[in-house]
Amino acid sequence: MALTLNVNGTSHTVDVEPETPLLWVLRDNIGLTGTKYGCGIAKCGACTVHIDGKKAFSCTMKASAAVGAEITTIEGLSEDSSHPLQVAWIEGDVPQCGYCQSGQIMAAAALLSQRPNPSDLDIDAGMSDNICRCGTYAQIRKAIHRAAEIAGG
Amino acid sequence: MTTMEIDRRTFIVTSASAAGGLVLGFYMPTGADAGVMGEPWTAAEGGNEVNAWLVIDPDNSVTIRVGQSEMGEGVFTGMPMLVAEELQCDWSMVRAVYADVNRHVQNFAEPYMVAAGAAKETDNLYQRMGTGGSGAVRRSRLYLMQAGASARERLKQAAADAWGVDRSAVAAENGILSSGGNSGTFGEFAAAAAGIQLESEPAIKTPDQFTLLGTSVARLDTPVKVNGSAVYGIDAMVPDMVFAAVEVAPVPGGSLVSYDFDAVKDRPGVIAAYRLGEGGIGVLHYNLDEVANRVTGIQSGVAVIADSYYRALTALQLMPKEWDDGGHGDVSDTSIINGALEVLANPDDPSYNPADSVGDARGVIAASSNVMEATYTTPYLDHACMEPMNCTVHVTGDRADVWVGTQNPPRAISAAAEEAGLPEEKVHVHNCFLGTGFGRRSRPDDVRQATAIGKALGRPVKVIWTREETARQAKMRPYSVYHFAAATDESGKPEAYWNRVVSHSIFNHQIPQFLRDGIDSQAVEGLDERLPYDIANKQVDYAIRDSHLPVHWWRAVGASQNAFALEGFIDELAHAAGADPLQFRLDLLPEDSEFRRPLEMAAAEAGWTTDLRRGEGMGIGMAEAFGTVVAHVAYVTVSRRGQLRVETVDAAIDCGHVIHPGMVKTQMESNIVYGLTAALYGEIHINKGAVVEDNFDQYLMLRINEMPEVRTHFALSGGDKWGGVGEPGLPPIAPAVANAIFAATGKRIRSLPIRNHDLV
Repeated sequence: MALTLNVNGTSHTVDVEPETPLLWVLRDNIGLTGTKYGCGIAKCGACTVHIDGKKAFSCTMKASAAVGAEITTIEGLSEDSSHPLQVAWIEGDVPQCGYCQSGQIMAAAALLSQRPNPSDLDIDAGMSDNICRCGTYAQIRKAIHRAAEIAGG
Repeated sequence: MTTMEIDRRTFIVTSASAAGGLVLGFYMPTGADAGVMGEPWTAAEGGNEVNAWLVIDPDNSVTIRVGQSEMGEGVFTGMPMLVAEELQCDWSMVRAVYADVNRHVQNFAEPYMVAAGAAKETDNLYQRMGTGGSGAVRRSRLYLMQAGASARERLKQAAADAWGVDRSAVAAENGILSSGGNSGTFGEFAAAAAGIQLESEPAIKTPDQFTLLGTSVARLDTPVKVNGSAVYGIDAMVPDMVFAAVEVAPVPGGSLVSYDFDAVKDRPGVIAAYRLGEGGIGVLHYNLDEVANRVTGIQSGVAVIADSYYRALTALQLMPKEWDDGGHGDVSDTSIINGALEVLANPDDPSYNPADSVGDARGVIAASSNVMEATYTTPYLDHACMEPMNCTVHVTGDRADVWVGTQNPPRAISAAAEEAGLPEEKVHVHNCFLGTGFGRRSRPDDVRQATAIGKALGRPVKVIWTREETARQAKMRPYSVYHFAAATDESGKPEAYWNRVVSHSIFNHQIPQFLRDGIDSQAVEGLDERLPYDIANKQVDYAIRDSHLPVHWWRAVGASQNAFALEGFIDELAHAAGADPLQFRLDLLPEDSEFRRPLEMAAAEAGWTTDLRRGEGMGIGMAEAFGTVVAHVAYVTVSRRGQLRVETVDAAIDCGHVIHPGMVKTQMESNIVYGLTAALYGEIHINKGAVVEDNFDQYLMLRINEMPEVRTHFALSGGDKWGGVGEPGLPPIAPAVANAIFAATGKRIRSLPIRNHDLV
């Protein structure tokens, strides 16, 4: 059936079964491959996107549940990698393999929108859904603090 | 049918690429796009190829080709740095792309590289295109620097010819050639330089002459990894592509008995189903007379193809299937380990072969009244790469294209060529970014399987394994079990040491010709004559006891588990002697031991002490791997309820020289996280012959809230030592933490993972 999704400010009509996970619609139907498949059971965070500004695991969210919402993916976080988190990520050379980093950045963006100046405990709480097999955790923590600084001017 | 909307990228087909073949790729702007493009396989168009490693555009941008695979370790920055150090171009104008593997398998190394003595790894153009063994810098350094130096001198000669001066009067700096009042860019002289023959090749720099190497320049691949544009294998998109979901026999070696495609063929978007393979476990076999190696056979299973991945997956999951267990239905992890422990308990078991023997260890131990004994065990592990296995192929009658993130592109070509029935020169592998590799992605079972599907289908197809399939079809780190016995003198120092090791051998599984008198040298890494400690009488025996499971190299290989056992037992000896574990080790090391510097530095930086309250402890672990010595001192706390926290790790590394300090530090953190995850949680259970832990809800991962503070210290000895960095930080972390737990609680951890132990 046809579903209409609003992704990064653009409306897309796709022909999928309503229970199709949002992840696969973003990747295979809309071509936004920055959002990654990692586990399919909401245990790794690689698929993290924003639904109306709040963190969501697109691998377990039915596409039909996202109809009418504002969906934001890593590609829509900023036009030109100018979001404070992206700036801080580049400044700190955070990624290694990079596969989890879209999800990490989206989780961090959701955290910063709730807690503009997160403590280390806030970061533990806000970022523990996201696995990084390369072990960039220390760099992620530093970059989130730095992004808070940049955003705070 | 689903409509593909590719609104972000434009597909084009370009011909006459540098590889001389048809390359299907995404549109890529040329010119001064420094850094890395999202599609890392994309060949540069235009510009002047001065040699196989580098292309200089008229605008003075330099494209440097990378023969290694970018899986996080940083080769897309480190390898270009080696070339650029000598080339003396403008680093801000450097772009990294993958070297073309098709060109590599078809062409020999350039004669002047051979003449300069830099081309030694293989006869092929890009020398070494497999990434593993922590070899990127130490094994490609000479030829990459030579490529840069030789190109620089040709550029200088081209300018000298134009200006009527001697080459020695031309300076090359930051992409500019100059002599007296003349100056010009590399870009202006690149075309002429490409045609110049030199009478002799220049010598490369010595470390004291480095200006770029040794600095922590920004990684070239960071920008594409913060905005979603980096293309991993799973992201490859090819026009007219369909999707395959696959499932192979859950018990390795088992077979698909039957499946009922009729039950699902009318589901939306479903196109086809194919039976895969003939059974077996798809062993990676090596023919050492050839450059590439091959995966023989495809595991028995079934693929369902549909117009979207989710439709293919849903149909696959709903489709009735019957499997047999290949006769392995009675096997469990317990039965495997118990079988190994039986051998371990019997020193006269005929399957033992001596791995090292000095003096009369057995005799001294038999006669001694002070004998310490201990048994250590380590489990099978999954690599658990962040990116599930996948491969996209397009196979036609006379050409195959493969998009995959692989640690070994020549092996991928070999696997695809054999399956497609095409000569290797007709196969084009477009290596992508890898969502980690850890050794798993040096085995092209995914490529061979996808090629079989693509050949049957005759149109482009992306094959994705679910996380569960990726885990069930793990190519595991072997289990290994150890028995130690030591006879000690009155001071507690060992005079005789006898170590027996029983493991599932990777060499026996896939390169039996590498076994030497029954010894798998990787399985006894750090234990045989490589044992760091000076003990007068030593005996090390090794026995192979394989199971039906496929095994493969896992980050740091044998050292990943051997250091846990050895350093644990040494710690036991220290405590039994009433000695400080640091001093005990130092007393056992030869005077000139390369372990001294890192060990002493890690201890000093950690503020090493045994005088801590109950519930707090420091522990030492050290190991040599891939030419590098690393010592870790871990500081842990254990609560009264048994809750463990690894607070800090002081990590000292001697890899001789460092070309990018920032990336060495992050590799140390990476190794510590990977090794600590395994030490705390890692364990694959086998039930009825099949893997139990098939996703991250069961196969637990270290997360940010558990991350210790890692402080990396450089204990560099310099000189001729060039050691690896991608793995050596891993082996010492498990023993450092286990020994710290003993210091904190008095509980000795002799088996991994630590989570199985009650620390209260």
